[in-house]
Amino acid sequence: MSAPALIRGYEVVIGLETHTQLSTASKIFSGASTTFGAEPNTQACAVDLALPGTLPVMNRGAVERAICFGLAVNAKVAPLSIFARKNYFYPDLPKGYQISQYETPVVQGGRIEFLLGDTKKVVRLTRAHLEEDAGKSLHEDFAGKTGIDLNRAGTPLLEIVSEPEMRSSAEAVEYARTLHALVVWLGICDGNMQEGSFRCDANVSVRKPGAPFGIRREIKNLNSFRFLQQAIDFEIQWQIDRVEDGLAIEQATVLFNADTGETRAMRSKEDAQDYRYFPDPDLPPLVIAPEWIERVKAAMPELPAAMATRFAQADGLPAYDAAMMTQSLPFARWYEALRDACEHGESGGAAAAWPKLAANWLMGEVSKKLNAESREIAAAPITPAALGALIRRVAEGAISHNGARQIFEALWSGETAEIDALIDAKGLRQMNDSSALEAIVDEVLARNEKSVAEYRAGKDKAFNALVGQVMKASQGKANPAQAGEILKRKLG
Amino acid sequence: MSAIPLFAMGVATLGAELAAKRVSSVELAGAMLDRLQAHASLGTALSMDREATLAQARAADARRASGQATALTGVPVAHKDIFVTRFATSRLPSTAGSKMLIGYQSPFDATVIARLNEAGTVTLAKLNCDEFAMGSANENSAFSPVLNPWDRSRVPGGSSGGSAAAVAARLVPAATGTDTGGSIRQPASFCGVTGIKPTYGVCSRYGMIAFASSLDQAGPMARSAEDCALLLSAMSGFDERDATSAERPPQNFHAQMLAPREGATAARPLQGLRIGLPKEFFPAALAADVEGAVRGALRELEKLGASLVDVSLPRTELSIPVYYIIAPAEASSNLGRFDGVKFGHRAAQYGDLLDMYKKTRAEGFGPEVKRRIMIGTYVLSHGYYDAYYVQAQKLRRMIADDFQACFKACDVIAGPVAPTVAWKLGEQGGDPLRAYLADIFTLPASLAGLPGLSVPAGSGAHGMPVGLQLIGNYFEEGRLLHTAHAFQQATDFHLTEPVL
Repeated sequence: MSAPALIRGYEVVIGLETHTQLSTASKIFSGASTTFGAEPNTQACAVDLALPGTLPVMNRGAVERAICFGLAVNAKVAPLSIFARKNYFYPDLPKGYQISQYETPVVQGGRIEFLLGDTKKVVRLTRAHLEEDAGKSLHEDFAGKTGIDLNRAGTPLLEIVSEPEMRSSAEAVEYARTLHALVVWLGICDGNMQEGSFRCDANVSVRKPGAPFGIRREIKNLNSFRFLQQAIDFEIQWQIDRVEDGLAIEQATVLFNADTGETRAMRSKEDAQDYRYFPDPDLPPLVIAPEWIERVKAAMPELPAAMATRFAQADGLPAYDAAMMTQSLPFARWYEALRDACEHGESGGAAAAWPKLAANWLMGEVSKKLNAESREIAAAPITPAALGALIRRVAEGAISHNGARQIFEALWSGETAEIDALIDAKGLRQMNDSSALEAIVDEVLARNEKSVAEYRAGKDKAFNALVGQVMKASQGKANPAQAGEILKRKLG
Repeated sequence: MSAIPLFAMGVATLGAELAAKRVSSVELAGAMLDRLQAHASLGTALSMDREATLAQARAADARRASGQATALTGVPVAHKDIFVTRFATSRLPSTAGSKMLIGYQSPFDATVIARLNEAGTVTLAKLNCDEFAMGSANENSAFSPVLNPWDRSRVPGGSSGGSAAAVAARLVPAATGTDTGGSIRQPASFCGVTGIKPTYGVCSRYGMIAFASSLDQAGPMARSAEDCALLLSAMSGFDERDATSAERPPQNFHAQMLAPREGATAARPLQGLRIGLPKEFFPAALAADVEGAVRGALRELEKLGASLVDVSLPRTELSIPVYYIIAPAEASSNLGRFDGVKFGHRAAQYGDLLDMYKKTRAEGFGPEVKRRIMIGTYVLSHGYYDAYYVQAQKLRRMIADDFQACFKACDVIAGPVAPTVAWKLGEQGGDPLRAYLADIFTLPASLAGLPGLSVPAGSGAHGMPVGLQLIGNYFEEGRLLHTAHAFQQATDFHLTEPVL
């Protein structure tokens, strides 16, 4: 790896703690629903409200999702892990403590790999542990009082902690994107960042190269990749300014203000609470037998990295293309369907590099549309079969690439006719009859003596003008390559 | 039978009377409610709902008429007010003996209560106890002390003092209790009733207002081992809502109690039973009257065929500091939910949030609860956790190991329940440490999670009852009940009643 880029002569050190909401139907320690957006306090049962006498019971679905994650990042899935109580008072924390894992988490170690440009980056994970979310304090609409909504209390979270191994905000964002894509790929998190299903805390410090770690400040609760980048960038400059001014940095928890783009200290180390962690006596140690791990493993989808390798090796895709095809599981499935539709098309024609053609379309026209319309691939209004047929027509010379784009537009906007009918209806079928084309070329040569003379005098531009004239005369139906060949022969 | 008043009958007898239709459940419940009210000055009941009780009794009679009765259908009982009970069923608040929960209306029944209700018992009252089950004299109740029916100037023990006194005074045939460090066994001993704390995990803790989660266990308190066996069978069993409850099939403790030992005869029902006497349970400081009664009971057990063997529980004294670290640590966290936000007491006047917390908890909790919250908070604090909590957990495991060493040489361990008979009300008020030291013989089994039983063994000074403690290995409640039953077949200590 190349040496990390310095900012104003400082090396940046970033570690992320990511709260991933697990996609279980019920809460981590109770049977209440986890559906987002319900009326306040309608999805909190006696256990969530911490009514006297209630007890937590572990949701096995949450454990299975943690196991799944551990396997996906090559971590150790602990055969025995411990739930602890983190004690503090806050109105949206009904029990007066949060049940979390402290000394012995369920997932230990692991790694996340991603490409930054052409460079492969590996970030090691410290751990991932299960815990419950708190409720929400609502500070508006209560005439100076605070409202408490406990619907979110007890929602299962997997907190994924990285080693401080990122050296720029770009790396941190790419790590977070990769992690986000992975948990969604695995189906253990819905990935909805607006609803808080995936939120990051960033630990940031700066140091001179070779110096020990600087004092870190933790930016809390970043729920978009853009905010993550902005917050870290602001924090880096703030810390460097301070160090340059000869001022000390105090360990602190800071909040990012999205309106101002600034970070501001919420509490310093001196205010740090003593959480009085101790093993929760209501929950026996979480024992995960090898058979349980095997069952989870058997039900897991092929991982994105493995799939990308397969696409590179079996389909011959460049590494970048293979990574793009595996940006999400639905995207990869769409690619595979498109590739197959190309390869097994009904019409004849020469073999082509179908996977690469499929990838090009997906990265080009399809992605452009998806981005413009903020759609996921699953919501694309076109089928892989239809696009595959279109790609084949291009390869077979039945339609030009430009023509194919028009057909693609038509398909995208909902036209459903069979592909050949559509090409004909729009008059986009290329002229493959060489005698007809020869006649057109002859006519063009006769009408454009000036261009012919210029070409013969060595002006290459004139040749392109002649090709353009042939295309025009054929109303765009001529195959440009074929037209060029005939022109060259006749000008010979 | 008609010569014996209803209140003098225990669970098994009442079951038989009800089955024979010599009395109806409604009649019985009415009589017991009247008696509870007549002796309200003992301070045993915190709340009653006459209409709901009679409705339950009518339902029990109807169930019996339809041939669906169990051994407990129609039998009136009362519950320690540490169990939550569904307010919509009976208008009984669930208070834990605390000002913090005055008038608290639970939306559900504790599992133990629900199971007894399913068996058909009729709830007479919620019974007084030490606040959040913290205490050994019932003087920490926020509402009133409970008087010992044998001597009203004395305490009934605690924390299940209301349960023990009500059973002893024959105000209720039987009651539920809970035991964290001796809270069933010690009041049973002080009041002359039979009580069993089962193995940790036998009874669900769901719906028991938590004191110390790793120690709390529910159990029955009654006139006899037989009555306890009947109740425990109904109360116990795996509960998926309590992750610490033991996954095992339902147990018939009454059948286990009756099952004869191999080689037993009518005269020697305990033939072959090895009873271990830990020398640490008979220290010089043990009151002579208590030791006398206990030794007498042991001689009786020998006559019934048991043999006595010397064993040792070398860390008995250490169980006091170990317990008074672990239990307050857990309590300090368990009681965090009483913050004035969601339920229970909230200070009427306060400034900001922190002030609301402070005033609410300062007003809602009594001094002993505050003391334990402070101890617990301290031992879990950063820098002290390893020195106190972690060390205590290590010693706890060693204490449990000591018991296993003993059980290689004996089947049951026996000794006193408490070093003295019941003391005078107010006697220990200024010195909590003295009360803590008096828990010495009940704490070891609690820390080890073992079943312990207290059976009346005669009387000591001032005619006050003395209990014999029997401790069994894990899940050997049947053996303890069998031993106690054999003892009660041969003695009548459990049949003596205080004069009210």
